[in-house]
Amino acid sequence: MSQQPAAGVPASGNSAPGSTDAGVIRNFCIIAHIDHGKSTLADRMLQMTGVVDDRSMRAQYLDRMDIERERGITIKSQAVRLPYTAGDGREYVLNLIDTPGHVDFTYEVSRSLAACEGAVLLVDAAQGIEAQTLANLYLALENDLQIIPVLNKIDLPAAQPEKYAAELAHIIGCRPEDVLKVSAKTGEGVGELLQTIVDLIPAPVGDPGAPARAMIFDSVYDTYRGVVTYVRVVDGRIGTRDRITMMSTGAVHELLEVGVISPEPLPGKGLGVGEVGYLITGVKDVRQSRVGDTVTTATKGASDPLGGYRDPKPMVFSGLYPIDGSDYPVLRDALDRLKLNDAALQYEPETSVALGFGFRCGFLGLLHLEIVRERLEREFDLDLISTAPNVIYTVEMEDGKESVVTNPSEFPEGKVAAVTEPVVKATVILPSDFVGTVMELCQARRGTLLGMDYLSEDRVEMRYTLPLAEIVFDFFDQLKSRTRGYASLDYEPSGEQTADLVKVDILLHGDPVDAFSAIVHKDKAYSYGVAMAQKLRELIPRQQYEVPIQAAIGSRIIARETIRAIRKDVLAKCYGGDISRKRKLLEKQKEGKKRMKMVGRVEVPQEAFIAALSTSEAATKK
Amino acid sequence: MSKPLSLYLHIPFCSSRCGYCDFNTYTATELGDGVDRASFHEHLEAEVSMAARQLAPTHHVETIFIGGGTPTLIGAQALTTLITRIKEDFDVAPTLEVTTEANPDSVDRQMLDQLRAGGFTRISLGMQSSAAHVLATLERTHTPGASSAAAQQARAAGFEHVNLDLIYGTPGESDADLDRSLDEVLKAGVDHVSAYSLIVEDGTALARRVARGEVPMPDDDVAADRYELIDDRLAAAGFDWYEVSNWSKQGGECRHNMAYWRNADWWGIGPGAHSHVDGTRWWNVKHPRTYAQRIQAGLSPQEAEETTTPEQRRLEKLMLGLRIRQGLVQSEIGCSVQQVASLVERGLIDAESAGQPDARIVLTRNGRLLADSIVRELST
Repeated sequence: MSQQPAAGVPASGNSAPGSTDAGVIRNFCIIAHIDHGKSTLADRMLQMTGVVDDRSMRAQYLDRMDIERERGITIKSQAVRLPYTAGDGREYVLNLIDTPGHVDFTYEVSRSLAACEGAVLLVDAAQGIEAQTLANLYLALENDLQIIPVLNKIDLPAAQPEKYAAELAHIIGCRPEDVLKVSAKTGEGVGELLQTIVDLIPAPVGDPGAPARAMIFDSVYDTYRGVVTYVRVVDGRIGTRDRITMMSTGAVHELLEVGVISPEPLPGKGLGVGEVGYLITGVKDVRQSRVGDTVTTATKGASDPLGGYRDPKPMVFSGLYPIDGSDYPVLRDALDRLKLNDAALQYEPETSVALGFGFRCGFLGLLHLEIVRERLEREFDLDLISTAPNVIYTVEMEDGKESVVTNPSEFPEGKVAAVTEPVVKATVILPSDFVGTVMELCQARRGTLLGMDYLSEDRVEMRYTLPLAEIVFDFFDQLKSRTRGYASLDYEPSGEQTADLVKVDILLHGDPVDAFSAIVHKDKAYSYGVAMAQKLRELIPRQQYEVPIQAAIGSRIIARETIRAIRKDVLAKCYGGDISRKRKLLEKQKEGKKRMKMVGRVEVPQEAFIAALSTSEAATKK
Repeated sequence: MSKPLSLYLHIPFCSSRCGYCDFNTYTATELGDGVDRASFHEHLEAEVSMAARQLAPTHHVETIFIGGGTPTLIGAQALTTLITRIKEDFDVAPTLEVTTEANPDSVDRQMLDQLRAGGFTRISLGMQSSAAHVLATLERTHTPGASSAAAQQARAAGFEHVNLDLIYGTPGESDADLDRSLDEVLKAGVDHVSAYSLIVEDGTALARRVARGEVPMPDDDVAADRYELIDDRLAAAGFDWYEVSNWSKQGGECRHNMAYWRNADWWGIGPGAHSHVDGTRWWNVKHPRTYAQRIQAGLSPQEAEETTTPEQRRLEKLMLGLRIRQGLVQSEIGCSVQQVASLVERGLIDAESAGQPDARIVLTRNGRLLADSIVRELST
């Protein structure tokens, strides 16, 4: 981290970090859908408040990881302190707290929101509000944030500011003329927005004399500095000389550095009521500094933590295996490294007959899985295969024994009394033309309609309860293809339900192939079994004997395909000129044989497993 | 004592290229830079002498095989000249076998007489099929019936050994078509039959037609059925298999080809020809013009060579030896009694050959059809 003071930060006065009058602080975030221009708006604010000069401006300044910049999404949030001289001539401190923009990170979003008093609701004037934005808006309203509705991209020819202003007004209960209209790209309206933030968002309120309490809203691992913890001080003060306590664990750490980001780190003497900044303690693992936890001072510390802390709980599980088995230690080290920066990532070693040595990993959701996988492949140069994602099940046996299943192949044998699966509350926003087809989809996925609202004449919000397992299967792809890409989806966990679930095993020549076991609803077991058996029949080369592929529930076979025995494997001609070529061909085939996995007596090329596990979505991505 | 040597001579010319063929052959009569078809045999004669300078002191010639291409395109006179040159430069065995390949429509009685008089003892005719539509798919130019007629003429001209080549499994060929082809073969009174399943080789016109969907890919299961049909019909007519794709009457085996499968020494003369002497393999430059220029400059036409490792030699021995009726001696190829027992149990090698270290490993008919996988299994 740079030790250089950044341009534009006043060195003293009532707005100096650590001694800022809470009355001039405005803590806010921007709630927006991917691509609706949040990062561009943040960039423009950085420029207009002078903390970044035009020369050092780079697009999407705050998105640090390559993946974030490429995908245009924010995975980890950040906070930046912006000095702003308002219309009244007073100098204010605006703390822009960036929020992660995806469904998997709802909890992190909620903590970022809890650090704010207000939120800019940023919506693309050509597209209208999306489901995730709506979900985050509801979260903001639950946190009693002052909402400033803003339509972005008004410079676009396709913009319909009047239509979407009416939609926003309808949703948040304001007047259409209260909706600000900006172009983050050209800067039009951004000045007014800054002034509105000062005018409308309340200053933070806290007790400067009380024991220190600061909420962690983000925690990031930095190779050079260790964990950098982002906090919002609620009460009291945290000074450079304090030792601090993490209230969820009671762990005490020395403070090495306290400061603010503006937009480069700027070490200071401390942080006071309402202020937002960072702490560095020298810990090396974000698990020791968890989002949502309360930081207090080790001496004369607070007795009650701030509310709302939750342990990150993985919702989706998948086996990750290196395609080249010798990469297993690389994968292990890579996961150990990623874990430092990802409190929600869980993993433990597992072995698979089909795939060899790997890890069963737990993720917050599908995007989290995809991001972790992509980082492993990109940053650690690994080629990975992941098993079909599944959720966590609780299986209760008739003898009362209960087990938690995160890997379908570990589904217990014997008489099952009940299986419990996680369910979510899902919100879908879509053009009204597609209501019928989406209802069909949700019903086919065991959904229950909770309600439906027209956001405007032609846009509908539908709320469903759905099993999470159905969503992790290919719900989002299906939703997108049925609505020509117009629907947006958000969901949040909403408990568990018992359901008629069974484990389907796939047997190759009588031996189960662990990687293909799946827990599915009884009504879908047959179609899963048939589809998987057919897929494998096409992918597995013929052997010297007939190989049956069966799908089974317990000992009951529900589907069967047969790989016929190979009858001919001989080169017709082998004369003088063919010998070298033929020998090389055989040598190559022998090399290929080494990469075969044996499932019982059956030789299966690793590529067949990989192809069978690849979903249609993964296949089209390639 | 003088060691046996086989000579192969490659004539790289055809009047037209068949769609399935990936051999080293050219249809032009002029190849540029003064190299032409009419005098091409002179370059081959020069390489014969080169070979003789190296090997004549230690080797004598047992067999000669002229292949192509279409050797008869250069005429009986040129072919005979080549044999004469060999006999001048090398000692030859009294039982010398001299074979030439020929297309049924490129030979007539006069030419056959000339060849016979010039020392040829054996002729191999590319019949492929007796079905007109199969010949059309293969883009062969001869007509049904031409092959058996040519074979009968060859016998009349005094050739004791006549072979007919068949191709089976061509898209569009039925079991009945193959049956009729076999009728024609048996009617011709030959003592040798080679039958090859149609292989779609990369880069051929046939491969492009398959890729475009104009012709279906030959089916391996169909090929297996046809192989069994051929084996049954020929066996009933007094032919024995002696190599995976070759059948003969008693004494009708092609000794030249046996030299390949026994991993003996041979020298390949001509563009792209391969040689194997004392464990070293080499091959000549492929294009006839480049080849001719090397020869004219007094240089070796060799393009590259390889000396195989013991492991590679073992693999070659397995893949060649398992193809022939004689099979291989178990102890010589270093496979275990268990490996052999497992193959016997699966019906892939002959039960009688198992158990003893000095037993010969001989493929059953199912084993012949799966010879490559057996080689892979035994070589691990």
